[in-house]
Amino acid sequence: MKFHVLGAVSGLALVASGAALAGPEAEVLHWWTSGGEAKSVAVLQEEFAANGGTWTDMPVAGGGGDAAMTALRARVLSGNAPTAVQLKGPAIQEWYEEGVLADISAVAEAEGWADVLPASIAGHMKCEGTWCAAPVNVHRVDWIWANADVLEANGIAMPSSWAEFNAAAEKLQAAGIIPLAHGGQAWQDATVFEAVALGILGADGFHKAFVELDEATLKSDGMKAVFDQMRTLRGFVDPNFPGRDWNLATAMVMNGEAAFQIMGDWAKGEFLAAGKAPGEDFLCASTPGDGFLYNVDSFAMFAVDGAEKEAGQQLLAKLIVGKNFQKVFNLNKGSIPARVDVALDEFDSCAHLSASDMAASSEGGSLLPSYAHGMALRGAQAGAITDVVTAHFNSDMSSEDAVQQLVTAVANSM
Amino acid sequence: MTDLATSPARGQSQSVRILLRWSLYIALGFFVMIYLLPLFVMITTSLKSLEEIRTGDLVALPREVTIDAWLTAWSGACTGIKCEGVRPYFWNSVLIAVPAVAISTLVGAINGYVVAQWRFRGANVIFALMLFGCFIPFQVVLLPMARVLGIIGIAGTIQGLIFVHVVYGIGFTTLFFRNYYVTIPVELTKAAKVDGAGFFRIFWSIFLPLSLPIIVVTVIWQFTQIWNDFLFGVSFSQAGTQPVTVALNNIVNSTTGVKEYNVDMAAAIIAALPTLLVYVVAGKYFIRGLTAGSVKG
Amino acid sequence: MTKWLEDHLPKLMLAPSFVAVLVFVYGFIAWTAWVSLTRSRLLPKYEIEGLIQYERLFASPRWDTALNNLFIFGALFIVIAMALGLLMAILLDQNIRTEGAIRTIYLYPMALSMIVTGTAWKWILNPGLGLEAMVKGWGFERFSFDWLVDPDMAIYTVVIAALWQSSGFVMALFLAGLRSVDGEIIKAAQVDGIPTWRIYTAIIIPSMAPIFLSAFIVLAHLAIKSFDLVIALTGGGPGFATDLPATYMYAMAFSRGDIGQAASSAMVMMAVVFAIVVPYLYSELRAQKDD
Repeated sequence: MKFHVLGAVSGLALVASGAALAGPEAEVLHWWTSGGEAKSVAVLQEEFAANGGTWTDMPVAGGGGDAAMTALRARVLSGNAPTAVQLKGPAIQEWYEEGVLADISAVAEAEGWADVLPASIAGHMKCEGTWCAAPVNVHRVDWIWANADVLEANGIAMPSSWAEFNAAAEKLQAAGIIPLAHGGQAWQDATVFEAVALGILGADGFHKAFVELDEATLKSDGMKAVFDQMRTLRGFVDPNFPGRDWNLATAMVMNGEAAFQIMGDWAKGEFLAAGKAPGEDFLCASTPGDGFLYNVDSFAMFAVDGAEKEAGQQLLAKLIVGKNFQKVFNLNKGSIPARVDVALDEFDSCAHLSASDMAASSEGGSLLPSYAHGMALRGAQAGAITDVVTAHFNSDMSSEDAVQQLVTAVANSM
Repeated sequence: MTDLATSPARGQSQSVRILLRWSLYIALGFFVMIYLLPLFVMITTSLKSLEEIRTGDLVALPREVTIDAWLTAWSGACTGIKCEGVRPYFWNSVLIAVPAVAISTLVGAINGYVVAQWRFRGANVIFALMLFGCFIPFQVVLLPMARVLGIIGIAGTIQGLIFVHVVYGIGFTTLFFRNYYVTIPVELTKAAKVDGAGFFRIFWSIFLPLSLPIIVVTVIWQFTQIWNDFLFGVSFSQAGTQPVTVALNNIVNSTTGVKEYNVDMAAAIIAALPTLLVYVVAGKYFIRGLTAGSVKG
Repeated sequence: MTKWLEDHLPKLMLAPSFVAVLVFVYGFIAWTAWVSLTRSRLLPKYEIEGLIQYERLFASPRWDTALNNLFIFGALFIVIAMALGLLMAILLDQNIRTEGAIRTIYLYPMALSMIVTGTAWKWILNPGLGLEAMVKGWGFERFSFDWLVDPDMAIYTVVIAALWQSSGFVMALFLAGLRSVDGEIIKAAQVDGIPTWRIYTAIIIPSMAPIFLSAFIVLAHLAIKSFDLVIALTGGGPGFATDLPATYMYAMAFSRGDIGQAASSAMVMMAVVFAIVVPYLYSELRAQKDD
């Protein structure tokens, strides 16, 4: 019995491997598995196939890539790394330091990536001077979404400072509307926190705190003010917020049950899927304060053996940064292209706002990596900060204690 | 047989017994309702349109019943760039679960038989070591196991997954059989040995026929564990060998995509059907076990 | 030769399993112990750095919460699941006509992946959506059931969902046990006029001691490894109020690239388990040997 089954299995495996023809090959580990995201990756696969490549799909969703990273570790340790892997932020450099990434500088230079990518985003794609990853998109994290009708009915404009936001929120609360739709999951708490921090600390302060981990900034009065504002926001969410998925919070804004949500631009996809129009049914604006927090998805290439696989990596890298994929993918996903020379005619008003803000903040030096989405810090440090943020938001911890714990937790994570 | 309630005990009048009988049914019914509540939520959700879920109560009957979500979950939901639902992954899970359950049940039966009936010095220590092995967190074994599978050369294959499941099933299957066989008098084995029966003959003709209830329990446990396993499935598979739980996860756990709860719920129920089937079919054999149990004594 | 084989056959049959357990359980525990003494980050490293990971672990308030939760969750879950499982098994063992259907209903939660059932539970337990809203809808305005969103009570909702998921299997174990109890002894007891409850407490339940051991091991294993459940139901929240060692370990090893830290938490967790389980195993196995 046992041997029959095993025999049948290895038979199947033989057939499968025999079917693969010579030509560029890629096994791609990613966590874009559903809806628009999956369709967007399918575009890449089609282009890859049109160029003679064989794409093997290895999708693993869950926890914003946690499960995929688990699978990746097991694959690398068993000496069987996938060809291309969805990786982002400092994790790329961390894997590079393990000596498992491939160099794709040849493609990057031939395609002139340095000229079409904003400098700070290009920085994430390089490992000690060589190119090791290809960017797909730019999500903006510091968005505030609002129900247009609710704001109009209560005579409220999109807030341009946190003080204005608080005033508007109190007015809404008095009118029986939940001011802020929020899902109490650690990453969502962190998303709101970093938007508040950007507004209160400013771009320089944000960089010092969440990129450099400067201790003085972490325990500064400014940081206390950030926690104070978080405590204020806690008063503006409904009591049933813990554990709520972000999309249910978005639905609250859509239904008019709540007025605002602070969330990255993937929330736009929910509005659009429900048939809502930007500017009419819902409004988008950056959260109060100057700057732009980006969350850039990218693919890193792992060191593999075989000319077909290497050819596959080169081709894949070229296609990912190609204009067509950058446009189609981002139209589907709600983000904007990473390369700045893609025509945005087909994109909506929120995407246009995102693109112009990105250009402006890139000039002004306030184009910053999102800490909450793993762009600014390595996992251990980002996680340590999030632990404090979520503990503070979900208890009656004072801002002084929170700041103290922040410093301790960051030191302990090193 | 222990059906005590049906046998007239002294000092109980007819009405008291009827009352007892009724409260028995009420108690059982109460549990049934609680146990079914989440399933009720899942089924009603799976029959709603996404529109209705977005606007209406989550815990309410559907206003309009639609089976679209079920069709999508079975053969249309995206689990990556392929949008073929959970169907293609089903076969992988079957190929993993069936041999792994069969092998580990057999291994457990033999181990349990040895530990319970052929006690040699150190047998109890070995048994205790196996038992404590049940408690090793699987998160811990992922990385070294990946390495080992790579060295043996079965990383990413179905055989690799079967191997892992059999290894980490040893503790439980041995436990179940040992604790069942230990209630069977050792004298039975001794007498058979005197009659000239060997190790396998005694196992085959005396113990195995008595084992139906515990085989049922073991198969239920192992099949559930292996079919529902996600951690091993996601870590030790590669494209083409991913089990159905990984597909389910890919449908459900999109981070920044639009959530389709109706499809999620339908996919979850579909993915659970084989296990449910095992429960319905295997459950019957508890009753057979009743007759088998009365043989000894 | 055949004589030798005949004598050693039992040991030979046990040997492969024993070797597998030695390597894949104890070997890997040793590996983990080693890694817990290193500064491993993304992938395991093998240069020993001392006890730094344990110092970091005990300085972490989140680990404190996780360990505390393990005690609360583990104790409640194991005791209640055993009681519930035994109760349901006894009730079901009274010649119930619809036994097959009811048994399947008690068992089915095990079949469903917690990835999704967690969502259903989340809705049921959410005060704004589920039970509380429903009862309020019936006119009981004062009814309140908001454990899920209360950091101090949320861990008990994890217990509820875990009981729902696993008590059916314990019921199955006990049912198999009840069915293997010697019918003759019970008949004799009935003839002697011993009341039913006494037959259970004095004859049937004591004779099922090995089944209690199985149930305990199964439940303790589930309690320690509860992972999907927490992730799906509360995600460890509110804050990290419902974090368990298994979720802590997973977060450290795989989301945060802090494998050394994860290894140290695994070692502490196994030490705790060892301290609780081994005395129990010892007394149980000794007692059964004396039978």
